[in-house]
Amino acid sequence: MTQIHLTINGKQETIEAPPMKRLLDVLREDLQLTGTKEGCGEGECGACAVILNGDLINSCLIPILQAEGTEITTIEGIAIDEKLHPIQQCFLENGGAQCGICTPGMILATHHLLEKNPKPTLLQIQEGLNGNLCRCTGYTRIFEAVRAAALIGAAR
Amino acid sequence: MTNPHQIVGTSPLRKEGAAKVLGRALYTDDITLPGMWFGATVRSTIPRGRITSITFDPAIPWHEFTIVTAADIPGENTIVHLTKDHPCLASTHVNHDSEPILLLAHPDRTALPAAVAAVHITYEDLPAIYTIEDSEQQKEIIWGEDNTFKTYLMQKNQQPIPEEIWQQADFIIEGEYRTGAQEQLYIENNGVIAEYDPETGVTVRGSMQCPFYLVHALELVFNLPAEKCRVIQVETGGAFGGKEDFPSVIGSHAALLAMKSGHPVKICYDRAEDMAATTKRHPSRTRHRTAVSKDGKLLAGEIEIALDGGAYATLSPVVLSRATIHAPGPYHWPHLTIRSKAMATNIPPHGAFRGFGAPQSIFALERHMDKIAHTIGLPPEELRRRNFLSTGDRTATGQLLSDPVDMQALLTRALTESNYHAKRAQFDAENPTATIKRGMGFATFFHGSGFTGSGERRLASEVAIDIDLQTGLPLILVASTEFGQGTNTILCQVAAETLGLPFEDVSIAQPDTRLVPNSGPTVASRTAMIVGKLVERVSIQLLEKLRTEAALPTPHTPDDFKQAAIRYSEEIGNLEVCVRYEAPPNIFWDDETYSGDAYPAYAWAAYVAEVAVDTTTYTAQVTDFHAVQEVGRVIHPILAAGQIEGGIAQAIGYALYEKCIWQNGHLANNQMTNYIMPTSTDVPPIHVHFEETPSPHGPGGAKGIGELPMDGPAPAILNAIEHATGISFTEIPLLPEDIFERMTRTPGSGTEDLNPAIAGPIFSETTA
Repeated sequence: MTQIHLTINGKQETIEAPPMKRLLDVLREDLQLTGTKEGCGEGECGACAVILNGDLINSCLIPILQAEGTEITTIEGIAIDEKLHPIQQCFLENGGAQCGICTPGMILATHHLLEKNPKPTLLQIQEGLNGNLCRCTGYTRIFEAVRAAALIGAAR
Repeated sequence: MTNPHQIVGTSPLRKEGAAKVLGRALYTDDITLPGMWFGATVRSTIPRGRITSITFDPAIPWHEFTIVTAADIPGENTIVHLTKDHPCLASTHVNHDSEPILLLAHPDRTALPAAVAAVHITYEDLPAIYTIEDSEQQKEIIWGEDNTFKTYLMQKNQQPIPEEIWQQADFIIEGEYRTGAQEQLYIENNGVIAEYDPETGVTVRGSMQCPFYLVHALELVFNLPAEKCRVIQVETGGAFGGKEDFPSVIGSHAALLAMKSGHPVKICYDRAEDMAATTKRHPSRTRHRTAVSKDGKLLAGEIEIALDGGAYATLSPVVLSRATIHAPGPYHWPHLTIRSKAMATNIPPHGAFRGFGAPQSIFALERHMDKIAHTIGLPPEELRRRNFLSTGDRTATGQLLSDPVDMQALLTRALTESNYHAKRAQFDAENPTATIKRGMGFATFFHGSGFTGSGERRLASEVAIDIDLQTGLPLILVASTEFGQGTNTILCQVAAETLGLPFEDVSIAQPDTRLVPNSGPTVASRTAMIVGKLVERVSIQLLEKLRTEAALPTPHTPDDFKQAAIRYSEEIGNLEVCVRYEAPPNIFWDDETYSGDAYPAYAWAAYVAEVAVDTTTYTAQVTDFHAVQEVGRVIHPILAAGQIEGGIAQAIGYALYEKCIWQNGHLANNQMTNYIMPTSTDVPPIHVHFEETPSPHGPGGAKGIGELPMDGPAPAILNAIEHATGISFTEIPLLPEDIFERMTRTPGSGTEDLNPAIAGPIFSETTA
């Protein structure tokens, strides 16, 4: 077991876990943050995406040892004061969530994209989300949700 | 004319949407029950053989584990679908790779993989067969007497094709078309949590489409009455048919472990196990022989369909049925004979997947229609126009199309919206000198809504509506499940509009078989039309009851409704109204002759694909897509468009990306890394256009749409690729290596000599 200190959604946490335990499992099992989902377990689908020190990463590929001292944002840290974040509101209104299992990762990917590029073109949106697979929507309505979020300056 | 209470036709927010975008929706793997253990499955590693020994590696502390074998099954060792050929756990023989043999449970999830690997099973190998051809030639008999799960013979007017039709026809055109297996690839894998109590029985909650299918499976496995088999659907992360029949397997397994261990047991597959062991779309081979006149009239057709059903029958007979009925397409056939069969192979059983047989036979027909057009020298749209069914015609099963049908208008709109003719001319001019060759192609088709033939009559679905005593607000009780398509939202819209209440005032219960009536499985494009109509009917009955027994005024306000409902509850008692499906009059189906009214209603469509084929890299990409469909009435424009767009993306994957590679009956690419589905950069702009001609069979006129978009894109894309390259591909999936192989086989390939007239016999399907 290793002791790990990290900041999750603005809160400092100390974790006792085997060093190779996946960040994904620490979030879901040790911290009960089940909004982060597992889709493939090999970094292909993005369902487990979280933001780590400002980067969008797949938490199934990060041993917890590597997360020492990091700052992590999960879907649970996106909503502002219990209200939907504008990106979440845009996904809801534009039909960007169907079954919802890819949605947390997709919203974090959108957040990350708009932080870096507040006014992305369609191609930049497609490239910004291409690490996140969605089997329901055909992505069309997700693109619309991201465009709507960009229009209202949602990243800020 | 606008109804101030209009809710059907608007796009309110998805009922469970806020929970989903917040990450708070609880899927199976997010749920932990007190004292819960975890389950895992030990599977066969050979495609066919006799089990000779099972040994347990002493390095594992087995006393910590619960171990279940077939001997622990209290009832029948079967997963019942239509037949009882499918064992719950293999006991003496295995018939496919990854077949479940033994189950393990342990309190620590991480202890399971090593334990699974430490169960050593030896076999006496038996020869296995993997293809439709090996199965029909009976190289080995692996199922029944002749490897055949089911056959159908469907003849127009129950008459064979007169021999003189073939002699008098100006053209006889033959073709053979093949489609591959496809993985549903829901992003949430199959998962369940089971509990067992000697008094109350079995409870399974999990990711699924059809809770009552699982009840039925548990009844047999546990030899318990239905009331002791409780099934609860929880938030389900995509399904697409992949959670129609399979939850009966994983649900029974978890329940057996729960019974023996005395603990709740969760089984959630990882991606590799889910892909290797669960159902896929049936691979197919379809042969067409068509007699055509020189003015482009279809005179007669012989169609032979063969599906690879895998090792057990599962739902193959009904998949084959839908494949058969959709094979003639939206065309008038004076004479038609269809022979179809589902064959056994030593591949994990194939099962339900959106479209359910129709994508296979529509792919074959719509490729074949383009071949006919080329052969007789008509533009593909003109050939179809000369043969379209229209209002008042009879389909190949003899069904009178009494509701309005206008395929001509749908095709015209699709070709106009996509700028088809101008783009075709432009690409024809540019392609001879271009490295990236572009093409336009389309498909026209229908999809039947609801269960086939007498299916809905047999299901006799029930729907109820209940009133909350405190608030006076209604709660819809159905077993119909939400897995992304919008069930919760559209059924609440239908009830709210009928009851004259705001959308927010109507709720829908979590599907729990102890609390909700059996509204039937959530499959077959039936929820909006069949269950929606029942919700409309039960809402009307509720209003009538409140009017006659609780003095609800006409018209009423939402407050009037709530007061009347509370008054009823206080004065008379619990207010719950239930209705049962009643088959519409004049709808008849004959299973013996396979004729009659196959479906209460059909959705009709014309889809146009624009493609670019890079002759340097041999990749084909869909660059634009137009989907025109007549769906009765659109209940929720955003959800409906989302269904069409998502289905088209899945169908693009079916056509161009998603290939199951089997090695000795084992899925070799059982990972998202090497089974490739479309990403955000692979999808074209998808333009969805609805035409609405209200149908009497659905609520507010709605018909089914869920499966429709899976049917048309693959043939439209391959038709477009033929336009771009001059090569008639007859098989999907069509990956770059397949295009490369075909193009480089031709002298002068990849350059200008792709005209079939010049390139010669390589373009005949017989050499394909």
